[in-house]
Amino acid sequence: METEPKALLEIRGLVKGFPGVKALQGVDFIVRRSEIHALMGENGAGKSTLIKVLTGVYPRDGGTMRLEGVEINPRSPKMAEALGISTVYQEVNLIPHLSVAENICLGRQPTFFGMIRWREMARRAERALRRVDLKLDVSQSVASCSIAVQQLVAIARALDVSEKLLVLDEPTSSLDEKEVGELFAVLRKLRGQGTGIVIVTHFLDQVYAISDRITVLRDGKLVGEFETARLPRLKLVSHMVGREITQPEGSARGAEAGEADVKAEPLLEIKNFGRAGSVTAMDLSVARGELVGLAGLLGSGRTETARLIFGIDKAQTGEMRVDGRRTSFHSPRQAIRAGFAFTPENRKVEGILPRMSVRENIVLALQARQGLGQMISRKRQLELADEFIRRLGISTPGPEQAVGNLSGGNQQKVLLARWLVTQPRLLILDEPTRGIDVGAKAEIEKTMQELRAQGMAILFISSELEEVVRACERVVVLRDRAKVGELAGDGISEEKIMHMIAEHGHGH
Amino acid sequence: MATERFEKKQARWWSSLVWPVSGLALLLLFDLCFTDGFFKLEVRDGHLYGVLIDILNHGSKVMLLALGMTLVIATGGVDLSVGAVMAIAGAVAARLINTTNVSFPVVIGVTLAVAIAAGCWNGLLVGAFRIQPIVATLILMVAGRGVAMLITDGQIITFTEPWLTYIGNGHLLGLPFPVWLSGGMLLITALLTRRTALGLFIESVGDNQTASTYAGVNSSTVKFFVYVFSGFCAGLAGLVAASNIKCADSNHAGLFLELDAILAVVVGGTLLTGGRFYLVGAMVGALFIQTLTTTMYMRNVSADIAPVPKALAILVVCLLQSPKVRTKFSGLLKRRGS
Repeated sequence: METEPKALLEIRGLVKGFPGVKALQGVDFIVRRSEIHALMGENGAGKSTLIKVLTGVYPRDGGTMRLEGVEINPRSPKMAEALGISTVYQEVNLIPHLSVAENICLGRQPTFFGMIRWREMARRAERALRRVDLKLDVSQSVASCSIAVQQLVAIARALDVSEKLLVLDEPTSSLDEKEVGELFAVLRKLRGQGTGIVIVTHFLDQVYAISDRITVLRDGKLVGEFETARLPRLKLVSHMVGREITQPEGSARGAEAGEADVKAEPLLEIKNFGRAGSVTAMDLSVARGELVGLAGLLGSGRTETARLIFGIDKAQTGEMRVDGRRTSFHSPRQAIRAGFAFTPENRKVEGILPRMSVRENIVLALQARQGLGQMISRKRQLELADEFIRRLGISTPGPEQAVGNLSGGNQQKVLLARWLVTQPRLLILDEPTRGIDVGAKAEIEKTMQELRAQGMAILFISSELEEVVRACERVVVLRDRAKVGELAGDGISEEKIMHMIAEHGHGH
Repeated sequence: MATERFEKKQARWWSSLVWPVSGLALLLLFDLCFTDGFFKLEVRDGHLYGVLIDILNHGSKVMLLALGMTLVIATGGVDLSVGAVMAIAGAVAARLINTTNVSFPVVIGVTLAVAIAAGCWNGLLVGAFRIQPIVATLILMVAGRGVAMLITDGQIITFTEPWLTYIGNGHLLGLPFPVWLSGGMLLITALLTRRTALGLFIESVGDNQTASTYAGVNSSTVKFFVYVFSGFCAGLAGLVAASNIKCADSNHAGLFLELDAILAVVVGGTLLTGGRFYLVGAMVGALFIQTLTTTMYMRNVSADIAPVPKALAILVVCLLQSPKVRTKFSGLLKRRGS
């Protein structure tokens, strides 16, 4: 009995490979009872793979896994659940059209001679929701709840399955600060009851606020296990990126303001733009070489604004001018023809073609604009793919790799490449840094600044205020699906933006 | 670097064909061992005859249908109406030949135009009105035979016009004409999808329609086109079918062939969920099905029970294609070996 008495989960020498990628190479990972353990690492470090092996989504190629000292070998998520490992994945995986109660009890519905006992199910769902301090009508469909509530429902479901080991993959990426606080209170309560919790997140603040220990992975290898209290932040970040990081330049906008200042006329200008159920009365302008941020809480109308501009939804009020000329778009095709580009927030559903190659994903938009006849030659396609794989540092075994096999940050880079080959005049980036790690974030920010310096107009949407403040020379602030104000130049600060979001009644 | 990538691509191209081809090879091996005269070829009047030629000849209808069906399935749809469109095409051609004296090219032109119109109908329902493909094409599948009946006044129209009978029974350079027709169409379809960006657009729409639309691909038009093309292919197959038996039989022409075409596409490795498509694979699939049918016939399996062994053989090929079954199977072999 060499193992520590309190080890709840003990993974030793875990190995997992995919075609062309060694995702995990001999990783150790130990979680104790009554512990919140953060799993950290850059894109492609192997966090998601580790979680998926642990929860039985992927079979492992080597190594041992023990739960409470007993060797386990989950071959499906259901088996992992039965063993006591319950998981909430990064993309909330509930079934939108089923009710909250059905989602919580799915696969474990209380039955009576094969018939579902609906009352019992509702009671059980309510009980589960009470654990996450949530009170709502469990008969309503999940689709009608906000993403934050959906996240809590998913956690309630996981708790209802098992309390032994709870795995949370990016649980806070769609929650606002208050909701994060509430979630953490729940996690602390569970920790007090003996649950081991594994949390994967990219928010350093949250890691330090909640975790007891941190395990860092890099390129599929274990860097080390640390006690959170004894690991300085800078040390953690350099462990993750594997080098001494240089902080992104704080005053990027100040330095080159002079050259880009020739803003004769805005490239895009919208006035009083709106649509029922979308946003109301949006005013916004972006000039060539300008990086404008859209800030606001989740659901404040940032994505909706982007959809109106890009012609996905049609505006019902107001007008849009491109190069001073009045225009309106009925489809993304028209927007693309005007030189617009848009990387959507939900890259899996609206962005990538998962089973198609990196090459095909990159050339798609350009080919669509050129039409059927002018086929981009295979040679040219490969040149473009190679060029952007190099330029954006996309880590892939090659241009023919299916994009679905890449990590989130690399998928985001492929999407960026898809638009950069079309040489757009206006680039709309909706949460380009969501769910990706520090290193890739810095790279995407750097690319944005380069493009802006080359004269591209960029509309940057992000829920991380720090990022918006650092990158943008002008910030439009939204609240409750309307614009509440605008900040420019040195007037931009996180504090001011938060004030604008928080203030009520007297907007602009 | 460049050669390495070239090899990688080659390997992928072949790998998609491995399972359908090995299925077909297994079947041919069985026939080589147990079915007399299966591989006998002879030359009569300068034409090639033999069971293998018959398979190519009779398989050409499903091959033609499978070409259109592959593209439809690649967009994530399905076209159930192709059998009915075959019946309509046969009816139009027979009616025109017998009751008017328009020239032969006009007959072919009008027939194919009607088939294309049928495809447009499907394409509109699916592409523009966003009706689920299975429902949208079911409408024409059910109504199509009625339309064919209306055209032929409920009669079976026979004809003797030499050009029209040539399509299904004639020979060109030693081979039956339908073989040339389906081979030519394969070539045209491959050029159309791989030498233009159409193939990329079809695969992208099938893989992720929303993402394709946001990238500027006109998804509705792409979908519309594949149904039109499928209608056109069904028109050609309908001409061959009518010509084969020198009459237009609205009740039986192309009956259940849509199912064979779908099977051929699936056996060929294209997923019903859309995305990557394999034209050559679908052709191999069509030949596999026809070889099965011919084998049953030659081994005197009664027509009533022939579908059972046929279904079993197709099941085996589909299981071979399932990665899950394959890993289980190879694991089993390894354990045996060690």
